[in-house]
Amino acid sequence: MKLFDYVRATSTGDAVSAGGDYIAGGTDLLNLMKDGVEAPDRVVDINALPLGGISLDAGVLRIGALARMAEVAAHPAVRHRLPVISQALLDSASPQIRNMASISGNLLQRTRCWYFRDTAFACHKRRPGSGCPAQDGQNRWHAILGGSDRCIAVHASDLAVALTALEATVVTHRRRIPISEFYLLPEGTPERENVLESGELITGIEVPVTTLASRSRYLKLRDRATFEFAVVSVAAAVRLRGGEVDDVRLAFGGVAPRPWRSPEAEAALKGGPLTDERIRAAGQALVRDARPREHNAFKVELVQRALAQILGGFR
Amino acid sequence: MPLLWVKLHGMTQDGPTRRDVLKAGATAAAITPVLTQPVLAGAAAPSGAITLLVNGERHQVEVEARVTLLDALRERLALTGTKKGCDRGECGACTVLADGKRIKSCLTLAVMQEGREITTIEGLAEGDELHPMQAAFLKHDAFQCGICTPGQIMSAVACVAEGHAGSDQEVRDWMSGNLCRCSCYPNIVDAIREAAGR
Ligand SMILES: Cc1cc2nc3c(=O)[nH]c(=O)nc-3n(C[C@H](O)[C@H](O)[C@H](O)COP(=O)(O)OP(=O)(O)OC[C@H]3O[C@@H](n4cnc5c(N)ncnc54)[C@H](O)[C@@H]3O)c2cc1C
Ligand code: FES
Ligand code: FES
Repeated sequence: MKLFDYVRATSTGDAVSAGGDYIAGGTDLLNLMKDGVEAPDRVVDINALPLGGISLDAGVLRIGALARMAEVAAHPAVRHRLPVISQALLDSASPQIRNMASISGNLLQRTRCWYFRDTAFACHKRRPGSGCPAQDGQNRWHAILGGSDRCIAVHASDLAVALTALEATVVTHRRRIPISEFYLLPEGTPERENVLESGELITGIEVPVTTLASRSRYLKLRDRATFEFAVVSVAAAVRLRGGEVDDVRLAFGGVAPRPWRSPEAEAALKGGPLTDERIRAAGQALVRDARPREHNAFKVELVQRALAQILGGFR
Repeated sequence: MPLLWVKLHGMTQDGPTRRDVLKAGATAAAITPVLTQPVLAGAAAPSGAITLLVNGERHQVEVEARVTLLDALRERLALTGTKKGCDRGECGACTVLADGKRIKSCLTLAVMQEGREITTIEGLAEGDELHPMQAAFLKHDAFQCGICTPGQIMSAVACVAEGHAGSDQEVRDWMSGNLCRCSCYPNIVDAIREAAGR
């Protein structure tokens, strides 16, 4: 790891003017620094900022940027009113990491694409213009939706998938960003993963607490039972009225460079019962534009099965 | 060992805000206090230090900003019970408690743990009397090579304290951050279940 300045900020203003990479839990940043993927000259410790806490007020759940994954997952209001958040967090990483890692750091964690994480390889995300070995390489873990010829890395956060289904808002020290507008698709500039500007500090997350949100679930499929990133995942919130789907939100992980919302799949489900046939139609709508690569074509089928499984639980 | 040390300054900053800076690059004025540019040991200024509270004892340790808690424990405090397996958060061999919560010491900087109470495997026994979790690991033969064991035991102590040892399956889930290459998992589960009082 390269030498760097370490600054401990005690106010938001201080943090923003310190001009360095923020460190919260450190569980992603330090790995990236050890591997030489990131090499900041200055690291700004934001843990002393008053950005923790979880509160429920006027139909909105506010999660401080520095609330820890474990704390959010265990919070009674989160577990009962927004269960998909708790489930997605408990399915993430390990107990130790969940004690350390912050909500803001979780949303900003970098992809686990092995070409990105290994500086011996070219990677447009890490070194724009250098290449993307994943296109024709070991791309089992990579995107089938939303990728580009410059990048097919998937976003790794489970929480981000849950928050996408719940239409959360990311709050920074100077603006509010709907999560649907927060993450960017790679297109020609995979190095830009989200709309945050340099030095912009996330202060918290807001999630509307609705009856739909209270009927939400997370399903994560992975290569081992626990402590592993998603191969594919689904966050679903479904409200039935008289046996018909009155409202539904679906977000998918492991399939795209950002948490993937599918309005087409949602439209295929709305206004009718959750029959196998309608669920199949929703799955087909989801993968209509899928562009699998050599080793990840199985995800096209797997994500449809994951959708069928999670929706089956709402019947 | 490279003769690179960091140096601690005290400076006062004007204005309403106050920051602490651990400085391992160029000098920054107007920030307080500062650990500056690595200098050769014994050169002009005294070596810099942070304070770590480990197993009930206060230690002044000289560190660069980039030193992880794990490396500080092992290489500065000679507390080599805490093991380095992957150094990437993946194996759990480096698990310690910080203010009673289990963390991976390879994924945090030593300087970030100032003010926290760190407990390592060396801090569990009371004199010659083993912690019940240590005794249960011995009784159930819950290790072979032993490299993962200190991390397993620290994680297990927290697992029980959290109330996550209610069934074998729950233990497996909540101990998943600790890998054992010798695959002693069944015996580890037995040990933890016994220590938890089944
Ligand atoms: C072995 C392992 C397994 C894992 N498994 C999973 C998994 O299954 N699912 C999953 O979702 N994640 C998983 N993770 C990732 C883990 O969840 C992230 O590392 C963690 O959430 C990052 O949070 P942090 O607070 O430690 O972030 P840090 O490492 O401190 O920061 C990460 C990034 O966010 C920036 N940042 C942090 N806070 C702010 C803020 N308030 N404003 C602006 N920028 C900020 C930092 O500058 C940095 O760029 C795993 C990690 C490891 C090591
Ligand atoms: S050494 Fe820290 S988790 Fe492996
Ligand atoms: S006892 Fe050998 S790795 Fe666990």
